[in-house]
Amino acid sequence: MTERTTAARPRDPQDEGSAAGSATLDTVTDTDPGRGGTDRGKATPGRGERIFRGLTSGSGLLVVAAIAAIGLFLLVQAVPSLLADNANFLTSPVFDTRDPANLNFGIRDLLVVTLLSSLFALVLAMPIALGIALFLTQYAPKRVARPFAYVIDLLAAVPSIIYGLWGIAVLAPALLPIATFLRDDLGWFFLFAPGNLPVLTGTIFTGGVVLAVMILPIITAVTREVFSQAPRFHIEAAQALGATRWEVIRMAVLPYGRSGYIAGSMLGLGRALGETIAVLIVIRAATTPSGFSLFDGGYTFASLIASAASEFSQPLPTGAYIAAGLVLFVLTFVVNAIARVVAGGKVNG
Amino acid sequence: MRYQRRVAAIGLIAASALVLSACGSDENAGGGGVSAAPGVTCGGKPDLRSSGSSAQNNAMTRFVATYQQTCQGQTLNYTPSGSGAGRNEFLGGQTDFAGSDSALKDGDETTRAQQRCASPAWNLPLVFGPVAIAYNVPGVTDLVLDGPTAGRVFNGQVATWNDPAIAALNPGKQLPAAPIIVNFRSDESGTTENFQKYLVAASNGAYGKEAAQTFNGGVGAGARGSQGVADATKNTPNSVTYVESSFAQRGGLGMAQVINSGGGQAVPLTTESVATAVNNVQVTGQGNDLKLDLDSLYQASAPGAYPIALATYEIVCSNYADDQTAGAVRGFLQTALSPNAQQALPDAGYVPLPEQFKQRLTTAVNAIQ
Amino acid sequence: MSTATGLSSPERPATTPTFQAPSTGRKIKNNLATFLVGLAFVIALVPLVWVLATVVVRGIGAILSSDWWGRSLSGVLPESYAGGVYHAIYGTLIQAALAAVIAVPIGILAAIYLVEYGRGRLAKTTSFMVDILAGVPSIVAALFIFAAFISILGAEQSAFMVSLALVLLMLPVVIRNTEEMLRLVPDELREAAYALGIPKWKTILRIVLPTALSGTVTGVMLALARVMGETAPVLVLVGYSQSINFDPFSGNMASLPLLMFSELSNPEPSGQFRIWGAALTLILIIMILQLGASVVSRFSAISK
Repeated sequence: MTERTTAARPRDPQDEGSAAGSATLDTVTDTDPGRGGTDRGKATPGRGERIFRGLTSGSGLLVVAAIAAIGLFLLVQAVPSLLADNANFLTSPVFDTRDPANLNFGIRDLLVVTLLSSLFALVLAMPIALGIALFLTQYAPKRVARPFAYVIDLLAAVPSIIYGLWGIAVLAPALLPIATFLRDDLGWFFLFAPGNLPVLTGTIFTGGVVLAVMILPIITAVTREVFSQAPRFHIEAAQALGATRWEVIRMAVLPYGRSGYIAGSMLGLGRALGETIAVLIVIRAATTPSGFSLFDGGYTFASLIASAASEFSQPLPTGAYIAAGLVLFVLTFVVNAIARVVAGGKVNG
Repeated sequence: MRYQRRVAAIGLIAASALVLSACGSDENAGGGGVSAAPGVTCGGKPDLRSSGSSAQNNAMTRFVATYQQTCQGQTLNYTPSGSGAGRNEFLGGQTDFAGSDSALKDGDETTRAQQRCASPAWNLPLVFGPVAIAYNVPGVTDLVLDGPTAGRVFNGQVATWNDPAIAALNPGKQLPAAPIIVNFRSDESGTTENFQKYLVAASNGAYGKEAAQTFNGGVGAGARGSQGVADATKNTPNSVTYVESSFAQRGGLGMAQVINSGGGQAVPLTTESVATAVNNVQVTGQGNDLKLDLDSLYQASAPGAYPIALATYEIVCSNYADDQTAGAVRGFLQTALSPNAQQALPDAGYVPLPEQFKQRLTTAVNAIQ
Repeated sequence: MSTATGLSSPERPATTPTFQAPSTGRKIKNNLATFLVGLAFVIALVPLVWVLATVVVRGIGAILSSDWWGRSLSGVLPESYAGGVYHAIYGTLIQAALAAVIAVPIGILAAIYLVEYGRGRLAKTTSFMVDILAGVPSIVAALFIFAAFISILGAEQSAFMVSLALVLLMLPVVIRNTEEMLRLVPDELREAAYALGIPKWKTILRIVLPTALSGTVTGVMLALARVMGETAPVLVLVGYSQSINFDPFSGNMASLPLLMFSELSNPEPSGQFRIWGAALTLILIIMILQLGASVVSRFSAISK
């Protein structure tokens, strides 16, 4: 992830090879939208050039087409089921597709559980990621900063199914005292109210902690990248004024890196929203809809789809899950788009 | 040249991948410890395909091991993709037979089966797996339940362990005042469906919910799969669940004794008590179609009959279009019914078929053409 | 900031000619910040060490057993400790490799487009969509392949379907890494080539791309590492098999995540044995790839 260079690459003369000799550097400006760098009628480009250009723009186009196709195909498969849905898709908390002739499915509970677990994970991970990014860019000596950064990146290398297994087998029992304390002593606060599960392991709380660990390296990587680009002269100016290290950070680093930090957090949020297998293994199902407590259980979009994957045999029930997948797609699309807009040109993730 | 060195490195990786692909093998000598079965006519198609119920997967694994040993060079690939998928794939002709927790439904499914086979399809209940009401209540052993009480535990009406309904069945036992935590299967499963069918059939209306692949009791916390509910019960004091007996045994959980619909003595879950229930089950299918009346199992009234068991079928064509397939299916099912295969079942959490019932299955299997 | 007297208005002329030690309040704040920042790093290490230690302790026995790397689980009964995960290792590698075969050329070409050719709205849209693709959850990618290829086109579940879903997940990683490396190639190289009259496409293929090659290889290896641990696509798109299946285009095929997921339903202690063994195997494979990536990037002709 580096600074996105906006400067255009130098153009080759007339964009083609046959007119060798006219080696003046092309000075086309970017005021030629959509056609930049083309021949402008001077001479026709060589065949190799045309094929190669076609291949590259075709590949670029393919990426755009892939996104469009994802949305389109999911929509096409979801519509028949949505039309056959006897419940309100947006507000119904039940997701019952057992009888293809009588589908009742809605995403209210999926949305609540997905958002609650992801936002909780974000709240846990954001300050820690900020601290790590500052540590790696501003505190740690250059020599050790790189290996340390690699160690944090290792967190991203652990497959999510392993986080899930660890979360339920090791982490959940360890969190039990904290969860018990929160529910018993702070239960008046709606997030810590007794949930719809009779147990305190395998709740949204547990799942959120696991998700926080998983998105930590993503937020850290983006934030670290931006912080390390903080303008040298701002930092030096602050130092010259006798600022302490913390004051330098507050005056020069944070203002510059804020948008990158937010963008990184949004990317982390996107990842948490779509996390599948760890959530499926950790968060337990409940019989009643979530009441906005962290000690609730239930399914997220992703974990519900994965849990039903082996039953994808009939078109209408399958379409119901695809409809849920479509909502998840739109949700992550929006979150990632926001990340990109917030980041401006500073990050690419 | 640095560039060439890199190419060489990539080549090296590719080469090592090739070497890797040559060194693996499926040979697991001594892995099963099974021996060849007598009285099996081998032959026909060398690789059968089947899919369906995951509840019978462990039994299938053992049958396949015996089959491979008995009929050298022949095998069966069983995919535990779920009963619904198994029936659909059989009806669509992708598999040679289906494994299913329920028989073909009358109407559409039976019609499609007739078309697929160009002959009637038979439901053969080959594998019976007892389902335990497994509990983890500190200080309580030999818990006794009956149908109506179990129904009210699993729908939340009986909410504490020292409820009078439970106490009446367990005189003299120290039942804690703790709330009952129900662990249920959150995935769709035949175990859930059959257990709820038992609750509906045996609770005299006390359960009051519908039987389905998902749990409708409205209480408790879900966990994925049999292992999931067994683990959850093991880790949560004062909790109870329903699970195949093998999982309860391995997890060291208590298994409730059940008073069946005939009243009388509480029946512990044993190979014999389940066999007694299976021997008394009614068949509703015609001729060699051995579709069962499951209510006669759940409402078993014979003394010493344990009423909660999952019956899983193999759904086959009575007359295959292809003799090669028919021969192989017959050979495989004969292997499954052989003593060698049957004696391995208790280890896997199933009951060997009682002799009388096995005779009827053998007749049907030998009639497959 | 408010208490940091003397610094609140940086425009203020520096009247004090000599350096003044910071006040106690500022010192405390500074120390507190240092402490918290260090603490954050330590907190992040806790789960990492914890997870890795759990996996190593529980999985080491399995991967040291004799048949682990060379045998499949074909015919192995659930309670038996025999057999190995060769079939799953093969599946994991072939699915990722097939995905790479498709994703790498497309990714590199798309990156070339973005860096060398793309101007205007289409390029901006493409760049935007690459970011969006990077954020598409793996379960959505799997559902898309399911909807498009299995539901509509009638393809059967197979390892190749998984590879197609993995292509979607690999593409943005390959594109972004290649793009980054291409942008680092000095313009002088391009200009020199143009000056010699070499056509642009040849310049890119012969000069720009080789210069950026090591970075691209790094990107591909990182992308491979990312997709190998994916569980969601294999759950939706392929069935599990205990035996070796060398054919990615038909039939069931195991992979390490799928093996772990299916062993979750094994009641025997040997199930746990295999789950954690497979977890350790998977982490080892991914770490080897990452190490490889960092070694390759060290050979990089151009540095950041």
